[in-house]
Formats: sequence, C-alpha cells, structure tokens
Amino acid sequence: MRPIVKFGAPLVAAVLALSACGGTTGGSSDAGGSSSSGGGKNCDLQIGFFGALTGDAANLGQNIKNGAKLAIDQYNAKNASCQVKLKEFDTQGDPAQASSLAQKAVDDKTVIGLVGPAFSGESKAADPKFNEAGLVAITPSATNPALADNGWKTFFRVLGNDASQGPAAAKYIQSVLSAKKVVVVDDASEYGKGLADIVKKTLGSSVVATDTVQQKQTDFSPTVTKIRSAGADAVFYGGYYAEAGLLKKQMSDAGLKTTLVVGDGVKDEGFITAAGEKAADGTVMTCPCLPPDKAGGSFYADYKKAYNAEPATYGAEGFDAAKILLDGIAAGKTARADMVSFVKSYDQPGVTKQLKFDDKGEPSEITVWAYKVEAGKIVPDQEIK
Amino acid sequence: MSFLLHNFVALTFTALVLGAVYGLVALGYTLVYGVLRLINFAHSEVWMWGSFAAVWVMIAVGGGSGKGLTVTIGLLVLAGAAAMIVSGGVALAVERVAYRRLRRVNAPPLIALISAIGASFVLGEIMGLRDQVVGWFGLRDPLNAYVRGARDNTRFANPVESHELLRVGGYGVTNIDVIIIISALLMMVVLDQFIARSRLGRGIRAVAQDSEAAALMGINKDRVVQITFLLGGIMAGGAALLYLMKFGVTRWNAGFILGVKAFTAAVLGGIGNVRGALIGGFVLGLAENYGSALIGTQWKDVVAFLLLVVILLFRPTGLLGESLGRTRA
Repeated sequence: MRPIVKFGAPLVAAVLALSACGGTTGGSSDAGGSSSSGGGKNCDLQIGFFGALTGDAANLGQNIKNGAKLAIDQYNAKNASCQVKLKEFDTQGDPAQASSLAQKAVDDKTVIGLVGPAFSGESKAADPKFNEAGLVAITPSATNPALADNGWKTFFRVLGNDASQGPAAAKYIQSVLSAKKVVVVDDASEYGKGLADIVKKTLGSSVVATDTVQQKQTDFSPTVTKIRSAGADAVFYGGYYAEAGLLKKQMSDAGLKTTLVVGDGVKDEGFITAAGEKAADGTVMTCPCLPPDKAGGSFYADYKKAYNAEPATYGAEGFDAAKILLDGIAAGKTARADMVSFVKSYDQPGVTKQLKFDDKGEPSEITVWAYKVEAGKIVPDQEIK
Repeated sequence: MSFLLHNFVALTFTALVLGAVYGLVALGYTLVYGVLRLINFAHSEVWMWGSFAAVWVMIAVGGGSGKGLTVTIGLLVLAGAAAMIVSGGVALAVERVAYRRLRRVNAPPLIALISAIGASFVLGEIMGLRDQVVGWFGLRDPLNAYVRGARDNTRFANPVESHELLRVGGYGVTNIDVIIIISALLMMVVLDQFIARSRLGRGIRAVAQDSEAAALMGINKDRVVQITFLLGGIMAGGAALLYLMKFGVTRWNAGFILGVKAFTAAVLGGIGNVRGALIGGFVLGLAENYGSALIGTQWKDVVAFLLLVVILLFRPTGLLGESLGRTRA
C-alpha cells in the first residue's frame, strides 16, 4: 500500500500537470483553428513590437513603438468593436535577450505579426525563430544587408539596407565633404561593423586608418589619438548614438575639427546629449529614413498631436510597418500563415514610400537622406541620390 | 609600434588622466578590503550616485561654462561637495544595510560578497528607474529635469571649458587634464596623511592589522568601519566630479565598468594599500592605452586584465604589496 502511495501520488500529480499543459496548448490551437476555418472575427489579436525599449540605444526603439502605436490607435478608433493591442517585447538591443523573447513571441498565439526586430544584431538572433514558426516580422530599422540573404520567408524590411546606406555615406564623404583622408571606426556590432565595412570598401584608398571600439565604452582616447595622428579630413563611425556622442566630444576636446559622419544608429537626440551641443554641431548623419515632416498623409500632425513631440528617427517607418499588419487584420487575415502571404503581396502607398517587397523581403523603393546637426537639432540636409 | 612611439605623449597623458579617476575609485575598494577583508562591490554604485548628485546640483543651480573664474570655482566646489556628501552617504547606507548585520553574526565572507553584489544591482537599478520611483510620490513632473531619460546618458554642465594649456610632444594638454591629475594626487596625499597621522587613521590601521586586539585597546570597531566606508565614499565623490569634467556624461550603469577597472587597479597596486591604489590606477590606464596603441582598441581590456594576471603571478600581493595594517606611521 505505502509504495503505491509514494509513487502513485507524484505520478498522478505529474499526469494532472501535463494534461493541464496539454489542455492549454490544445485550447489555443483550437482557437487558432476556428478563426482560420470559420473566417470569423478574432478580436484578441496583438501586434508585437520587438526591440529596445530600455538600454543604451533605447530611444530608437521608443520612436518605432510610438509610430506603431499611433497606427494601432488610429485603427482602433475606427474599429471600436474589435480592437488590436500592442504587445511589447523589450530586448534592450541585446541579441542574447532577443533569442529568448523571440520564443515568447512565437508561443503567444494572439500575436499575429511583429514590428521589428529593431536592430540588426537582434534580427540575426530572433528572425530564424520567427521564420520557423511562420510569424511575420517587418523591420522598420534593421539595416544589415545580410539579413535578407538568409531565405527567411517571414522577413520584410520597409527601408533601404546598408548596401544602399553605406555607398551613399561614402558618396557624401567623397563628393560633398571632398575628404581625401578618412578614418573609419566601428563598434564591432552586427550593424555598426556591417555598415563600416561597406563604407570602407566603397571609399577604397581614401581610408587611412581604421579602429574598433566596444559598446558601453566611455574612454576613446586611443581612437582620438589615432584620428589625430592620421590627419583625417573626415571620420566615419558605424555604431549607435551613446558611443558616437562620447567619441565626438572627446574628438572636440582634443581640438580636432574633423567632420564626423555617422549612420542611422546615431541619428537621435541621445547623440547630442552625449556629445554636448557644441561638439555635436556639424555632424553628418545618413539614414534610409524619410524626414518625418516629409511623410505622407497627416502622419506628422497626428504624431505631434498624440505624443506632443516631433516624430523622431524611424517613427514613420514603424507606423508603416504596423499599418501593413493592420491592413492584413482588416482584410480578415487572422492566421499567421495568411498574414505572411498578405504582406508578401502587399502593394500600397505608406507614409514613407510605396510599400512593396521583393522576394527577399527588401522594399522596392529606397531613399537615403543626409541629415546635419545644427544648433543642437538634427535637420534634414539633402537626399543622397 | 610606430603609432605608439609617435603618439607616446598623447597616450601617456590621457592614460594618466583616466588612471587618476581609476585610482580615486580604487581607494574605496582598497580601504574597505584592508579593514574588513571584504570586496565592496557596491562601491561602483556609490561612485555613480555621487556623479548624479553633481549633475543634479548643476541642473538645480543652472550652472554652465563661461561664467567667470569665481563663479566657476564656486560651482565646482558646490558640485564636488554634493558628490562627496552623497557618495559618502550612500556608502554609509550600504554599510549599515548590506554589511553590518552580516559582520555581527560573523557570516562567511562569501555571503557578504553576495550581499555586496545585490546592493550594487539595487542601487544601479533604482537610478535607472528613478523616473518611476519619483512617479510613486507624484513628483514625476516637477522633478522632470532630474529624472527624465532615466536609462539614457545624462549630461553634466561642466563649468570649466576645456582649452589647451600647453603643447607637449604634439599633444595639447588641456586645463581639465591638469586639474584632474593634480586633484587626484592631492586627494590621495590628504587621505594618505590622514591615515598615517590622525587618531582616526591610527584606529583604521589598528583594526586592519588585528581587529580583536584593537577592540581590546578600546577602539570602537563599528565606528572605524563607518569612517572607512565614509572615506571611500568621499574619494569616490571626488572621482565622480573629475570623471564628469572629463567625460561629461553619466548614466545608471556607468559605475559597472569603472568599478571593475578600479577594483583591478586596487589589486594591481596592492589591495589594502592606499598608495598602491593610485599607482595601480596609473599603471592600468597606461597599460590600456599602450596596449590599444600596440594591438588595437578592441584589445584594450584584454591587455589590461592580462597585465593584472601577469603581475599577480609574479607578485601576488600586487605592486606595492604592503597592506593597510603595516603602513608606516
């Protein structure tokens, strides 16, 4: 009798626990099944935001989230009876966290699609999981070109990648700045190194020195010394705004008047905070993103009204990415597989550009803009053609 | 190699400046270790809180550069005092909350270490979430200037404008460089003399040498421990101001890397040795800079820690070796 109780009780408990788990999974897959077969309205749908909301480069993620939220709020205002919710997955821009959060996103069956991942490093970590699970992920900001070469069916990008941003930055350095000696610095990240390498290749022999720094680094004196000793006319930095700002400040403190050219990862107020207004002035930033006041429709005014602030880097792209998913929901695509095919065949004007994707998920229309820092503000300079 | 030789002066100077900051923070680690045989991992956050105090004071007073010599000195003194007071206060709080009870019950050193790490996380995260903490008291809007961008870099309005004082070997030595190195040396000398000559200093050395015998001699161990933490905190506050003058920004997790480097500097110079802390700081700064010049900036940390390992292999007690208890009077 005793052995039976000793082994039986835990066994019964285990069986009950397992059946409970099985019951939950069964329950949600039933729900998924009924909505796709019945074609009825599923009003529990969520659109996920996948990116950095806290951490060193958080501002970029926050901008995208705001843009996406604006689109969702506008949709909900028109569909009060069946609303869509925004679910946030805060990766802190860390590829390691992105991996585990990706699993969470995949497991939550109410998430029909994702805006993100915001950064290239986390895309590399998370997109394979999304591809396996058939969960569509439209990134409004990850620009590493190699991402599109992985054959992921769920990967889509609403902006030009670094294969167009890199050469554009190099072109700006050569034709507008007329720089003959360039130093290229990167932060060893998936995005920063990728972009810096493309710029290096395009600039060819103009590159007189290179250097690599680390994320979270605060002291850049060896790099500044290298720049000074190379006698550079221009410096290109591939990386994010926190480090770029400190680098520019230390360059300025050392008395260097060299122009700093940076990519879209630096295009944020955080750069000006880190560098200080005086040092930040004159920095050139490239971005495959549209100046928000040139965005189509009433996006700019709506954003200002909703958030009492100007839309910042990638806010408009985040809006477009969310809008594609919302159009899918409105068209009755409530299963993940249907949503993927919907996005694949999407061809509508968004607020930033005509939104249409090729078979690698890249957008058909690409523009790269140059921005300048003037008096503590980032202003559009010109489109780099 | 030629890069190192050509820019030797520049690399050396910038290394000494950074090393001075490392050294001052290292003093906190070395003092607490000398007296308690405890590595105070929360010291990095003590430093970080001091840096925020300096930033907030400047925001409150509306400080900035270009205001004339007396105002500038006044602002620096104010920011420095704020940083030292807050750092000292946080250090005392950490001692009271995280360590005292454990000391009383003679907990194993490992437990105290874990408590230290926990305290470090708590202090860091509170700063990183300060906007929400303040929101609980309904003060989110009035205190917006102090708590916004809680996870971001926060700028320090440096009253001193950086300008070149003289050129040495192709490097422009700035006024800020000079201020930092001289202040650090001064603070270290003051601390060293305090420990060597004053009564409280003698008490610290006595407790470091043999705490039971010191108690038998009538020294209040608890008081000595408090003073030790306070001194370390004050030094960290000074380091915070100097760091802000050079780098201009701080953030909730800025303490972490600095703390690791400063602890390394303390060990390098001889843990428990006050002079060693500053020497260790300078050596570490030089190693980092020369290493990155020789091999590449991404190898900076590798070089620094490799140096630590090599030095400990040949001189396990660190460069200067002596401990606090054996400092000559």
